[in-house]
Amino acid sequence: MFGFGDKTNSLTMNEPVPESLLDTGAQGVISRPLDRVDGPLKVSGTATYAAEYAVPGLVHGVLVGAKIGHGKVLAIDVEAAKRVPGVIDVVVDFDTFIRNAQQGGEEGAPTQGVKQVDYFGQIVAIVLADTYEAAREAALSLPVEYEYKAGTYDFEAHKDEAETPPRGLIPPHYSQGDPDTTYDAAPVKLDVTYVTPSQNSAAMEPHASIAMWEDDALTLYGAYQMPTSDASQLAKSLGVSVSKVRIISRYIGGGFGSKLGIAPESVAAAVAAKQLGRPVKAVMMRQQVFEATPRRSNTEQRIRLGCDADGRIVSFVHDSLVANLPGESFFEPVGIGSHSLYCGENRRINHDMVRLNLGLTGSMRAPGEAVGMVGVECAIDELAEQMGMDPIELRRINDPLKDPEKDVPFSSRMLTRALDEGARRFGWNQRNATPGSRREGEWLVGIGVAAATRNNQLQKSSAKIELKPDGTAVVSSAMTDIGTGSYTIMAQIAAEVLGLPVERIVMKLGDTNDPPAAGSGGSWGAASAGSAVYLAAEALREQLAKAMEVDPGDLTLKDGEAIGGNRRRSIAELVGDGMEATGEIVPGKQEKQFTQASYGAHFAEVGVNVVTGEVRVRRMLGVFAAGRVLNAKTARSQCLGGMTFGIGCALTEDLIHDPRNGKLVNRDLAEYHVPVNADVPQLEVHFLDERDIHANPIHAKGIGELGISGAAPAVVNAIYNACGVRVRNLPVTCDKLLAGLPAL
Amino acid sequence: MKWTINGRSYEAEVDVRTTLLDLAREHLGLTGSKKGCDHGQCGACTMLVGGRRINACLSLAVMHQDDEIVTIEGLGQPGNLHPLQDAFVRHDGYQCGYCTPGQICSAVGMLDEVKKGWPSHVSADLTEVALDDAEIGERMSGNLCRCAAYPNIVDAIREVAGVDDREPVLETAREIGA
Repeated sequence: MFGFGDKTNSLTMNEPVPESLLDTGAQGVISRPLDRVDGPLKVSGTATYAAEYAVPGLVHGVLVGAKIGHGKVLAIDVEAAKRVPGVIDVVVDFDTFIRNAQQGGEEGAPTQGVKQVDYFGQIVAIVLADTYEAAREAALSLPVEYEYKAGTYDFEAHKDEAETPPRGLIPPHYSQGDPDTTYDAAPVKLDVTYVTPSQNSAAMEPHASIAMWEDDALTLYGAYQMPTSDASQLAKSLGVSVSKVRIISRYIGGGFGSKLGIAPESVAAAVAAKQLGRPVKAVMMRQQVFEATPRRSNTEQRIRLGCDADGRIVSFVHDSLVANLPGESFFEPVGIGSHSLYCGENRRINHDMVRLNLGLTGSMRAPGEAVGMVGVECAIDELAEQMGMDPIELRRINDPLKDPEKDVPFSSRMLTRALDEGARRFGWNQRNATPGSRREGEWLVGIGVAAATRNNQLQKSSAKIELKPDGTAVVSSAMTDIGTGSYTIMAQIAAEVLGLPVERIVMKLGDTNDPPAAGSGGSWGAASAGSAVYLAAEALREQLAKAMEVDPGDLTLKDGEAIGGNRRRSIAELVGDGMEATGEIVPGKQEKQFTQASYGAHFAEVGVNVVTGEVRVRRMLGVFAAGRVLNAKTARSQCLGGMTFGIGCALTEDLIHDPRNGKLVNRDLAEYHVPVNADVPQLEVHFLDERDIHANPIHAKGIGELGISGAAPAVVNAIYNACGVRVRNLPVTCDKLLAGLPAL
Repeated sequence: MKWTINGRSYEAEVDVRTTLLDLAREHLGLTGSKKGCDHGQCGACTMLVGGRRINACLSLAVMHQDDEIVTIEGLGQPGNLHPLQDAFVRHDGYQCGYCTPGQICSAVGMLDEVKKGWPSHVSADLTEVALDDAEIGERMSGNLCRCAAYPNIVDAIREVAGVDDREPVLETAREIGA
């Protein structure tokens, strides 16, 4: 899918790139806290999301979910649905419909076939009508006959049947040295088990697709994070060539992982549109989003830390149990952060899988670290307390100088600096290590800390820039902006390198007709697509230098003018009839030769109500080092979002399945509690100045998921410091605290 | 049936079950109001009806033929933004933008409620309401934002309400090494 001939400036990251045009650019827009370029559209309701395209002849489709947890669909009474006035048809395609969403980045189709029901809410049909009301009525009342089978719905009851999942982003099992013997022999030991519940991304925009066929070519307006690979998944699911599938995702109302791969509404809409010969819109109801799009797996994590009398870890063991549907290879990589966070010559990081008839588990914001750090960072807090040591000091002692598993250095690592800077800013020295020692009226107040780390990834991505004779530049890529700020930071990169005001950059994202990109996921978006823009701009800069007849090194581009060789000319003039170039970034040896991650530290202050057990987050600070910050405003917002996800993880978010039939009990936004405005104080974010020359030519690393990684354990540790109750089963709700609170 | 939305008259044939939200989005081309849950749980559909904020997904279109309805499109458009829309842009009071129209309509309605002296659950004084962070947070908690722009939303509202007495939270690019 890649390859653009001679005009492509392609860079494979085999060598570090110490010099960046972003450091020498004269425009002065990179890193500035500019307002989002798409802001006015978003605040005025004129940004167009997937379900909002005015398509003539549109048919409304409402999906039908199975009302059993395991079994088989025997019959669907299509005629009953058709008796509802306005209903056109019910499309049932047991073979083509997808059983569950696909994981992000896969090129192939997800598991297909829906006659067999493997989880409650699995999409089995789509009702089509001229109006939404008719389609909904018929869908909600559609008679479906089932054959019931016994299912496995209870994680606790099936833990003993856990199996080793196939290799994912990390191997499921890893061992080094002799972790058990060294643990047993260690003078200081901690053995604790932490449990985190299943969670849902709960993006505000429900999954939605509008499918339109023209002859044998499909155009799908979809709410998707990774259009390039999603188009491939959709094509494979439908049995058509990928060249015949175009996905358009200009604005996406949040994703957080749930829109990485195609979800059931896309295939259902496409199949129905084909059968009807009319465009079909399918928007998931919120309950269906909960039931039939990916959820984060619940986890059970046993952490064993053995250390010497000085606090140096000699044995680091992180054994996790996770869950997924039968036949699915994805496992929540709980220990991904554990591989390189702390010292420990003897290590084991294992993941085992419990197969359950519950909805698909997949990547939700910071898969792995978001929940894995809960276990590790709370365990570190416990170990520090056991040793009578400051938890920051314990982390400092165990901050490794090189990767503790591979004999390679870190590309950049500011963990201890982030902890120190955060301690200074937050007033860590005010902390009383004895829990329950600070009381304000009904409230016990405490503070907690946790490290933040998130692995850094670069993904093959490309972008094109056209310099127009009017002195504007059009940047296009199948990259997306899911709220992260891609539109803005990509415009800033182009503006900086090309010496143009940001207002003269026209951004086109989210269309697979444009150069392919990895999209938004794994915090790689800005670095990957941003590097592609950078490389395209670098190539154009060389073309401009040539037109100017100067060496690129002697060329200064600023405010639409080129300066070099004692001459000054407008870029518009140099462009002639127009110039264009494509940039492409490809991961290379640097990611093997250096362990790459972003780091930080979270600090939280909470109040625990002694009467009710209610927990309020009163203050929170995140200090982060993630390479170059491309836009100080949008980067900060990403961190605010991550930290708030951490608050939800610590205190409220908990998907509950009925152990009798696998039905999701709290499948809406009233019952699944994401943090609301009143739950979140004025969070503070501070960035450390950093460049990562091993990561990419723009020296930026992922930031969207760093803010969540470690946020929840900071809150949980603060709760312990406040009231002395150590809750190891998240979320920390009132009922789990009450018994341990002091008598009134 | 006829409706007056953003000062303009609209006409459409709708089902008696059609919500005010679906009327706008599916029949009138006013897609600025968003559907996040269709159950009055998220606030993305917030509109102003007779000056008061309501969840348009919980109200039927047929109930509103004599009402003055304002949606996000009617508050302001690019180039001529409402002060709250403008403040949301400058304070980055959004990320993905999906809850944003509802947040802004809600904030407009909320500020009017405060102006009328309506207390909330967190008001210390029931007769005189001071619009601090806690008041704003409480009154805006019917509008979920999963991207969690809450601190920025609070800052944007404070500014427009004229209680912006804080130091700016954003560090300059220079401080972060630009």
